[in-house]
Amino acid sequence: MFAYLVRRLFLMLVTLFGISIVIFFLLRIVPGNIVDILFAAAGYVDPADKANLEKELGIDQPLVVQYWHWISGFLRGDFGYSYVSEKPALQEILPRIPITARLAGLALLFSASIGIPLGVISAVKQGTRLDYALRVVSLSGLSLPSFWLGLLILTASVAMFNQMPIFNPNPQTWLEAFATYAVPAAAVGFRSAALTMRITRSSMLEVLRQDYIRTARAKGASDAAVNYQHALKNAILPVITVIGIEAAFLIGGLIVTETVFNIPGVARFLVEAIRWRDYPIVQNLVMLIAIVVVSANFIVDMLYAVFDPRIRYTD
Amino acid sequence: MRSVRALAATAALSLLAFSTIALAGEPKQGGILRMYHRDSPGNASIHEGATYSLNVPFMPVFNNLVIYKQDVAQNSMDTIVPELAESWAWVNDNKTLTFKLRQGVKWHDGKPFTSADVKCTFEMLMGKSQQKFRQNPRKSWYEQVNDVSTNGDLEVSLNLKRPQPSLLALLASGYTPVYPCHVSPGDMRTHPIGTGPFKFVEFKANESIKLTRNPDYWRKSRPYLDGIEFTIIPNRSTAILAFVAGKFDMAFPTEVSIPLLKDVKSQAPNAVCVVEPNNVATNIIVNSSAPPFDNIDIRRAMALSLDRKAFISIMFEGQGDVGGTLLPPPNGLWGMPTEMLETIPGYGPDINANREEAKKLMQKAGYGPDKHLAVKVSTRNIPVYRDPAVILIDQLKSIYIDGELDVVETANWFPKVARKDYMLGLNLTGNAVDDPDQSFYENYSCGSERNYTNYCNKEIEKLFDVQSQETDVNKRKKLVWDIDKKLQEDVARPIIFHARTGSCWQPYVKGVTVMSNSSYNGYRYEDVWMDK
Repeated sequence: MFAYLVRRLFLMLVTLFGISIVIFFLLRIVPGNIVDILFAAAGYVDPADKANLEKELGIDQPLVVQYWHWISGFLRGDFGYSYVSEKPALQEILPRIPITARLAGLALLFSASIGIPLGVISAVKQGTRLDYALRVVSLSGLSLPSFWLGLLILTASVAMFNQMPIFNPNPQTWLEAFATYAVPAAAVGFRSAALTMRITRSSMLEVLRQDYIRTARAKGASDAAVNYQHALKNAILPVITVIGIEAAFLIGGLIVTETVFNIPGVARFLVEAIRWRDYPIVQNLVMLIAIVVVSANFIVDMLYAVFDPRIRYTD
Repeated sequence: MRSVRALAATAALSLLAFSTIALAGEPKQGGILRMYHRDSPGNASIHEGATYSLNVPFMPVFNNLVIYKQDVAQNSMDTIVPELAESWAWVNDNKTLTFKLRQGVKWHDGKPFTSADVKCTFEMLMGKSQQKFRQNPRKSWYEQVNDVSTNGDLEVSLNLKRPQPSLLALLASGYTPVYPCHVSPGDMRTHPIGTGPFKFVEFKANESIKLTRNPDYWRKSRPYLDGIEFTIIPNRSTAILAFVAGKFDMAFPTEVSIPLLKDVKSQAPNAVCVVEPNNVATNIIVNSSAPPFDNIDIRRAMALSLDRKAFISIMFEGQGDVGGTLLPPPNGLWGMPTEMLETIPGYGPDINANREEAKKLMQKAGYGPDKHLAVKVSTRNIPVYRDPAVILIDQLKSIYIDGELDVVETANWFPKVARKDYMLGLNLTGNAVDDPDQSFYENYSCGSERNYTNYCNKEIEKLFDVQSQETDVNKRKKLVWDIDKKLQEDVARPIIFHARTGSCWQPYVKGVTVMSNSSYNGYRYEDVWMDK
């Protein structure tokens, strides 16, 4: 198990190093930089002013030097300054992380708490009306883009209740705070719940056909015990994988949801930073997200090992 | 005795009723005005930007020397009033503009405002100071200012190379606040200090901007509001829905398009909405330095093919204006009258006749039904640019020109235009001040940084100077019309239309005036109050 852990950690560091190079150079390949954008917005360009600004921001230096400055700073915890707001990048990024983390956490919770039980029910009641109904729900969840669902929720809220569930930065009560996140989390988590439900259902169906399930039933175990203690425990591995992958992909859905519900999280902030070519923000933020995703995968791998002893012994 | 009492009671009741009526119309103190903002401005320094995304939230922080009267919709010389100046005078054969400054004005950090601050500001704008702006997009406005001199703490003079009456109009723009000498340009970008009715509290990028009432404001009874809070909502659908749901007291000024206005009026029938021109002209930039548009016949044919009313009908449901470079009357002060406009090729009412003429010019240049001219129509990848570009391509088809849309990201748009890496471009030109000097010198003067097409006509250049020095408004107007006509005939930068947009606020918001010939100058907000 220890060797497995060390190997996975090493692989994680190599992956992160590769990601840092890809992020840095991809950003430079995209045409235009912050100086171009600032002058485009002002509708004029003065070559001397432009050169001064490029020098001031350090983007006139060779790329290797720029990379070294960034990565060494990142490792020291010095994220530099945002080109746009001229504030420390860390000061810009940090307050937004809890907002997105809460939203993502709630969306994943929504996805798991709705998707897994419904997937089990759908599998157990295979071929019944309930199963068909749940499959329609899951299919619609996969088909509806989250931005459309978000706008639909907002429009319906205004039309029916004359209320608008957009972000409230200063909630007065715990319930208000929960409400601030619950609706967008449901909008973004719906697709994820649908996927979780489908994976749970197919995985459960496969497990329910195994001999040991028949044996458990023959021994007189209750339906609940068979379904949840024996079947689900063995069917959950692919579901964990999917939830892990979904956690990584969630950032894409969150960009749209944060925009539609006007939530000042990191996902929307990242898009704005890319638009402005605000390198210190984009590089550091993507690197932080990469660390979270790689760590999440690492945790999933560890969970695999915990749930399936074969993995820790063979690897 | 009883009748006397009854009479007294009736009189008292009447007095109470009258006073209540009077009070309902009296401005009330207090309240935070909540407004959404359409995007996150890059910084907080008005002098370093060229978008009214900056003016709307930060104009309330500052004062100018002079300002357009904030409760009059049409900006003109007659509506300019003193602000940090108490009075002004043209002396020295109209070559010196002297201001007597207001006494006892304090910056938001408590330091006194003096003539040194005015000198600093304008020297920085002219690029003559030690401290420099990171960007200085309106340096050309002060081309005729030779130097700035002070006479004690309360008098300052702008000494000009030649008379330029319109300098006063430029000084009255929302783009011309006075900055403090003791605060660096860098600090002004992140934490602006002004003398205005509201103090800056915080600016969270992509989130919010907060201002609070300046209790030491020199205009003692102002502002009425306790503060202004801008929530940044780039998604227009979300923003409008939030306004309809009552989350905001005001929509972002001039940001409600005509189709959206209908939605707002149907879902929030009590909302007050006005539609005004925003003095932004949608136009075509032509690369006349390379084939095929180096051929004047093809340029003229293109200008003749335009059906301007179709653009306005499709995009604004008929609510827009056809004009030349300058905003047409009645909202615009300097635009050509209709009868003159219609004498310009392409502006006549018979579109078919215009297009027949255009086809002849195309045939003369070697194109026809069997040989179409293929062009790329480049434009920025945002709807206000993209939508008219698509209509333009459709209209060009009628004269054997096959257009292909080339959408360019904002970051690459200006570098592309500056490199002349385009054939035809669809562009928007906003005018901060409804004055020919601002428009002519900025967009058509030889060598101007914003003259994207490099149009250069020395004869016209001379006329720019003649009109600029003319003090008689009627004489100047005639000169301006002739110049504008010539610019359109030269296909310097064909103007397609002048847009109109909507502004909405809740019925309890009072004292809002939407400017009708500029979208850059009306956001001091010191007269706005809420009847709640």
